[in-house]
Order: sequence, then structure tokens, then C-alpha cells
Amino acid sequence: MADLAVEAEGLVKWFDKARAVDGVGLRVPTGSIHGVLGPNGAGKTTTLRLLLGILDPEVGWRRILGEDKPMRAAPRIGYLPEERGLYPSMNPREAIAFLGALRGLPLAEGRRRATQLLEEAGLGHAAAKPIRTLSKGMAQTVQLLGTIVHKPRLLVLDEPFSGLDAINQQRLEGLIRAQVDDGATVLFSTHVIAHAERLCERITVIAKGGVRFDGTVAAARDRLPSRVQLRTRRADGPWRAALPADATAQDRDWSFALPADGIEPVLEALIAGGAGIETLAIERPSLHEAFVELVGEPVAQDETEDAA
Amino acid sequence: MKRLLASAWVIARRDYVATVFSRIFILFLATPIFPVLFGAMFGAIGADQDHQTAHRPVVALITEAPATRALVAAHERLVTRLGDDVLPDLAPLPAAAAGSGERLARSLLKGQGRRYAAVLGGTLEQPHLLLSSQAPDGTDDDVALLIDTARATAALGEAAPPPVSLGHAAVALGADVSGAASDRVGLASGAQTGLFVLLVLLAGMSLSTFIEEKSNKVIEVLAAAVPVDAIFLGKLISMLAIAMTFVLVWGVIIAIGLLALAPQLLAHVPVPAVGWPAFCVLVVAYFIGNYLLLGAVFLGIGSQAGSPREIQVMALPVTMFQLLLYGLAAAGTSHPNGWVAWAAAIFPWSSPLAMLARAAELPVLWPHLLALIWQTIWLVVALRFASGLFRSAVLKSGDGRPWWKRGFASQ
Repeated sequence: MADLAVEAEGLVKWFDKARAVDGVGLRVPTGSIHGVLGPNGAGKTTTLRLLLGILDPEVGWRRILGEDKPMRAAPRIGYLPEERGLYPSMNPREAIAFLGALRGLPLAEGRRRATQLLEEAGLGHAAAKPIRTLSKGMAQTVQLLGTIVHKPRLLVLDEPFSGLDAINQQRLEGLIRAQVDDGATVLFSTHVIAHAERLCERITVIAKGGVRFDGTVAAARDRLPSRVQLRTRRADGPWRAALPADATAQDRDWSFALPADGIEPVLEALIAGGAGIETLAIERPSLHEAFVELVGEPVAQDETEDAA
Repeated sequence: MKRLLASAWVIARRDYVATVFSRIFILFLATPIFPVLFGAMFGAIGADQDHQTAHRPVVALITEAPATRALVAAHERLVTRLGDDVLPDLAPLPAAAAGSGERLARSLLKGQGRRYAAVLGGTLEQPHLLLSSQAPDGTDDDVALLIDTARATAALGEAAPPPVSLGHAAVALGADVSGAASDRVGLASGAQTGLFVLLVLLAGMSLSTFIEEKSNKVIEVLAAAVPVDAIFLGKLISMLAIAMTFVLVWGVIIAIGLLALAPQLLAHVPVPAVGWPAFCVLVVAYFIGNYLLLGAVFLGIGSQAGSPREIQVMALPVTMFQLLLYGLAAAGTSHPNGWVAWAAAIFPWSSPLAMLARAAELPVLWPHLLALIWQTIWLVVALRFASGLFRSAVLKSGDGRPWWKRGFASQ
């Protein structure tokens, strides 16, 4: 069995009379980047809170970094909550050192590392200013630095990209990769597919409190057949019988799912019938399409707050 | 356990530094100046009134010379035995004025800055007393007693027995009924009231301490990193440290003020039954005990609140609760072995107040050790209960609604 940083099975959590999390299981190998995907309100945040031990599940179990009680592993975990929170009157250096101290890092060492991290992030000039005077993006960066200051083995990030501009999103991706290069495991949730597609080896798709898919990004995409995009010179002919029944036509553009026995029989019929192939493309479905298919509903792309 | 304490220390240090090293703390520290100023103001007014009433009334004597001599002698005998304060002073006026009757008496009462409360004329057999309208009640009775004594002495003449002198035969009845007992009840009440006032001033803070983390969302970070027990313990420790800072600053100021300005005040304070060193230690111990016990409850209540407004609403019942505890403890003060005193000593939240009174009144020390252990046990229980409630009601709810707004089924 592969070395697992996070392992959970059958997690159930009720809020009032609704099941916020309904039998979620998760396996995250050590040293990997794992994405938890789901639409708003799917139960992503609650799942992460269950894994971290902020909440206890009613049913099910989890093991984090080898500990059945997640709090025991707390010094080796870094957590960036969805709702960011820092003391506004603290300065970034103290805030980072405080977050480190909560995870067992001595305060003096925390301050030393904070200074260095802030310099590297280009925030050295703001190290001694109260956080309330910083911009939102800067404050987010400070919190993220506070999440990694104690060099955690497991990094749990809840919607880490929300509220960041493109530059900072790019920087955050770099930072996550750097953590993994150092041997850490990263588990993050997002409802923006592009980040998961770029970063993750494996994903877990959650919707309505349950797991819809768990596996590699490639496997998720493979769940949908590839699509064939075809453009012919002629609009009509007997060769049309060779096209699958569900093919959609727009003028001379055809689109249909790749047949189970491959494209070759179709091509032979087209050539024999003289349809005249202008363009032909076989496209693997994007993760986005796979996600929509898995979740069974349109994915909200806005940044509205995740209710769970 | 070690991790719990280490985590609590991190939380406590943050809270303490954020509170004490802020500008608003100066204001907090300065708060007692206002009541002290008011106290001084009202004290000055009160002292002014005391100045008028505390003076003994003066009775002018315009009696005939033998009567005057007899009255002065009788006054001296009575005052020797009963003390200065019980009888009006006498002011024998020169013989020339004597016998001039009521007109003189009236002019004496009205003239000379109205220093006389009454004027006595005539003879021992036929005295005439003229009272000023401002004379204290009972002045006529006091004068009558003087006249009675003077008459009796005069009637007996040489047969009057000399003043008797009694030997001592005191029976020791233990500390309870010694002369100091009632003074010690006073000391007990004083210490109790002082502790109560400090707690009312300082313990209420702990109601609102969770609002900060809730409003700036830091609570999520805290709850993920350290056990909820450690958050509560840390917050409680920091509140205590802030309160102790306050008490220390003002304790030193008041002590220096007393020693510099009115050292004689300290001389009148009775020695507590357990002695001063033990009493001082117990005052500190019971202050800490009571502060932590109340603080744990208030922290628990306050952690359920979702907004500063809810905290404000809670402040009144919480103060009432403290008043109730004080009432219970105070009711037992005069009978330290009565059932009320025992009940107050056993109920954990009134125990520190009740036991402090006990320390002033009874010399036995071991019950205090027992009481402190008892209070510590309840502190742990209260803290665990508060953090448990917080975990189940606030963290698990996810929607931030406090427990009383949600159905029991969901818990």
C-alpha cells in the first residue's frame, strides 16, 4: 500500500436535518497534490474541517499523517481556511510568527523565518505595518506564509485561489509546487477547474455531500468519450448513414462522440461516399466537461461564498 | 497535557500583549480614578457635615455658683466613667451673668455664633433649661441626668461613697467571642466587598473576549491548530493576567497612598484570625480562584454569543449573578459556622468570597487548602463544559448560530 498522508472513509456529518457530508472517502498519497472539486455548497469545506479535526464526523473515520486524532498531527499540518482570518492590529511578521507558534514553532524562530518569507514574497517593506493597513491580496499572502512557516508535511488549502489576481494565482501555484518538491503533501479545494487541471495529479469530485469521482485527472477526462469534430466539403450524401445517430450538424460541421469501435469505419464510409474531409479533429474532453458531467449540473464560475 | 499548556500559553501571550500594550488599556487602567474622584468629592461633603454634627453640644451654665460647681463635678464623674462623647460639654459662665433669667438665656442662644445648644439657669432644686431648636435630640435628657447626679451627690453630702474600683476577672472564651470578634466580622465583610467589587469590575471582560476571534475569523485558524480546551484555557489565563496587572498597578498606588498620607488608618484595622501573612496569601489565592471560576463561566457564555449586541444583553444577568453570589457569601459572614456560611463555602462560585471571610474570622488553616482544591476541581469542570459547549454548539453548527437557537435534535 502506498504511503498515505490523508485517509478517510465514510465520513458523515449532519447539520440540523441535512447531511452536509454523506459518506465521503479520500486517499491522498504522501507527496502528491490532491484537489477536492465541487460546486458551491457541495460540502468541500466541511470535508476539510472533518479531516482537520475541527469537526468530528458522526460516522466514518479519518487518519491524518498516521494519526487517528487529527489534533495530534496539528504541528505538522498547515491550514488556510476559506474565510481568511488575521488579527488586524498585528503586523505581518508577528502574525506569521503567531500562526507558527500555534503549530508549535518557537516564537523567535517564527519571527526569523517570517522576515525571510516576507522578503522573498516582496512584502519586506510591510513587515512592521498593522495588517489592517495592507491590501486584501497582501493580507492573503501573509496568511499563506503563516500557513507554511512551520514547514508542514501536509498543507490543507480551502479555496486558496479565490480573491487572488492572475499574477498572485500564478505565484501561489509556484509556491504549492515548491512545497511538494520539499516533500510536503498538498490537499486543496476549489470550484475553479483550471487550477485543479494544472496542479493536481489526483482529484476528488464532491457534489451534494457525496463523492462523484476519485482518481487521476486523466481518468476523470476518460470517463467521457472523446469528441470528433468533422468538416466535410459536401453537405449531404449517402455517407451520412455512416455517422452516429447522435451527431449534431451545423452547416457542414459535424460533432459526435467517438464511436466505441474507433473512427476508422466512419472514415472509410466517408471516403467511399466522397464526402470530402476538410478538417478532422478528435478531442479529449476537458476536465471542465468531465466535471459538469460528473456533477450533473452547471458549475458556478463566480466567487460567491461556499455555504458549507 | 504539555501540548495543551504550550498551546494555551501561545493564545494567552497573544491576548495579553494585544490588550495590555494597546492605548485603550491606559483608559481601562485609569477607570478607577473616576470613582475615586467622586468618592473624594462626596467624602469632602460628608466630612463637612460630620464636622457640624460630630461636635458635642455645649450647654451654657448660668446657674448659681453652688449649683454650677455641683453640675461641673457631676459632669466630671460621669465623663470619667462613660467617655467624652456621651454628654454635652458644659460652659459655666461668669458669676456676673448668673441669675439674670430668661432674657439672658435667649440672648446667649442667639448670640456668639450660636455656639450653645442649651442654656441652663436657676438652682439644682429649680432648674430652667432653654433649648435651642438646633440642639441634638436627647440634650434635655443628658442635662437631666447631670442634674439628677448633682442632686444625689448634694443630698448625700459627706455620706456619699467614694468611686468604686473593680478588680479584673476575665474569662477566656476563645477567638469567637473575644473582643476582636466583631471587628473581624467587619474585616471579613470589608475584604469580601473589596473582592466582589474587583470581580464586578474585571470579570465581565471575559464575556466579550471571544467576539474578537469570531468577527475576524481567526477562530477557524485557532480551532484547526490547537484543542478548543487550550483556546479556553489560554483566554482565561490572559484575562487573569490582565486583571492581575490592573490589581497590581492599583494595589501599589493605593498602598503607597495609604502609607504616605494616612498610615494611622492601617493601625485601626483588626488583625485577621489567620494572621496577616496567611491572610494576604489567601486574598490573592481567592481572588485568582474566584476570577477563574467566574471567568470560565463568562467565557463559556460569551463564546456562544454571535455579536457584541448579544454580549451587552448578557452583561446585566451576569452582574446579577455575581451580586447573588456576593449576597450568599455576605449572609454567612456574621456566623462563620452557620449553615448559610457553609453553603456559601461549598458552592464553588461563592466559595472564594465565603472562605475569605472565614479567614478573617477563624484561625484554622486546613479548610482553606480544601477549599482551594475544591475550587480548582470545579474550575476544570467549568472550563471543560464551556469548551465542550463551544465545540458542539458553535463549531459543529457551521452556520454560527448559538445553541439556544437550534433544535436539540441537531446536537
